[in-house]
Amino acid sequence: MTPPADEIHSATDAPLLALSGVGKRFANAVTALDGLDMQVRQGEFLSLLGPSGCGKSTALRLIAGLSEPTAGRIAWNGADAPRRAGGAGVSGAGAISFVFQEPTLMPWANVFANVHLPLRLSGVSRRAAEPAILEALEMVGLSAFREAYPRELSGGMKMRVSIARALVTKPRLLLMDEPFAALDEITRFKLNNDLLQLWRQLGCTIVFVTHSVFESVFLSSRILVFRARPGRVFAEVSIDPAQPRDDAFRTSPEYAGLCRRASTALASAMDAGAG
Amino acid sequence: MGIGMGMERSPFRWLLPAAVLALLVLAWELVVRLNQLPPYILPSPLLVAQTLVKDRVVLFQSMLVTLHTTVLALAFAVLGGVGLALVFASSRIVEFSLFPIAVILQVTPIIAIAPLMLIYLSTDTAVLVCAWIVAFFPVLANTTLGLKSIDPNLRDLFRLSGASGWQTLVQLKLPTALPYFLGGLRIAGGLALIGAVVGEIAAGSAGQGSGLAFRIVESAYRLNIPRLFASLLLISFAGILIYGVLSLVSWLALRRWHESELGAG
Repeated sequence: MTPPADEIHSATDAPLLALSGVGKRFANAVTALDGLDMQVRQGEFLSLLGPSGCGKSTALRLIAGLSEPTAGRIAWNGADAPRRAGGAGVSGAGAISFVFQEPTLMPWANVFANVHLPLRLSGVSRRAAEPAILEALEMVGLSAFREAYPRELSGGMKMRVSIARALVTKPRLLLMDEPFAALDEITRFKLNNDLLQLWRQLGCTIVFVTHSVFESVFLSSRILVFRARPGRVFAEVSIDPAQPRDDAFRTSPEYAGLCRRASTALASAMDAGAG
Repeated sequence: MGIGMGMERSPFRWLLPAAVLALLVLAWELVVRLNQLPPYILPSPLLVAQTLVKDRVVLFQSMLVTLHTTVLALAFAVLGGVGLALVFASSRIVEFSLFPIAVILQVTPIIAIAPLMLIYLSTDTAVLVCAWIVAFFPVLANTTLGLKSIDPNLRDLFRLSGASGWQTLVQLKLPTALPYFLGGLRIAGGLALIGAVVGEIAAGSAGQGSGLAFRIVESAYRLNIPRLFASLLLISFAGILIYGVLSLVSWLALRRWHESELGAG
């Protein structure tokens, strides 16, 4: 059923949203971002790569509407503007989903109830939400664990639940803040593969924050390398989205070359930020 | 595999403490018999048991009075403690203003407040208020702590999903606070009994009341030491009962998900 990746993700250059001159200064006078210009394009897998403290997570929270920029503006492309966080929700289908570094599950609720949460908060009953919940659990391969409690799951499985919860609202934009950073490498590779497959299936836009060069090259159709002090975009690396991403790709010279490019950009960004 | 590993599930887990307790009682009985101690110095366990049976009507009546006070005080402590904790969690100004008063109530020994209560209030109410004052604080302090221990990411997730204040309270704050609250409740249960006993003793010395603590004071005045021991036994039993019930409630509420109750069932 699923068309090949290059058909869906022929990288329409239409921006989903654009940040222009965005700055974020915290109450404790720390400037996380200053003069950030970036676009998120419809249907792309965009990675924000950078050293810690470069403001990439802050940028993600600004896009989510979890905090407000202190300068500049974030413009959504017309009808794609999401309801603001905390604002009146019109429908259960949230435009944005967020996956945190920690699984962030409710320990008192089982897997099914955890995945139900975003729909439940939008007023969708358990019965009405059940097909969407089961579908989301199927997508992350956890159908058999719907009754399990978070404490009974491994770290990787918890993260899958967290992803299922993000997918259950059929988001147009999926924001992920170093979601696999706390996992072991084997689990991370597996989840990277699964995430790419989901991205192809669903055709949503993903913005993925990471500090791993290898992860960002493997996953992305575009990488924005961030620098610190001031936090802003330093360099951009584009990767042919038609390139199949599989275990062969992981060991290919192309992959190594792209990783070198990204690493070099990251090293320069860190030099720039240290100065 | 060490001895300790198998202990948790072996019958010795229960048999050993029971055997130690039985030995202590036996030793007590022997000390009394061999030294021919008169009951007004130290009654034998057998005599205490006989008194318990002989005076069962009046003693059980008294135990019900004490338990009734304790349970009622605990219920009011839960209502007041949780209610005030919710107010504290929603308004820092109220918390700053009221918390010192709660601390003052907590640190002033209840035995010192009791006579004052007995002047202003009827005996029953005064005893109830004494029990409530000591039970209130752990519920308030623990629930406040629990309401502040919310996972910031989960809070963001609720915001992103457009959750209302009510949804956030019921589906995020209250479940997060539940283990803390239940911990406070278990402490409050024991304290409520202490408060009730203190109140009764203070009231009893004025010649009123009919709870177990009053029976103790009364028995002491009359040198009816076997009955004093029997009353003491029942107070212990009441305390164990309260602790057991609250532990059961805690286990039922948390057994599926909270670390504190894992492996306990």
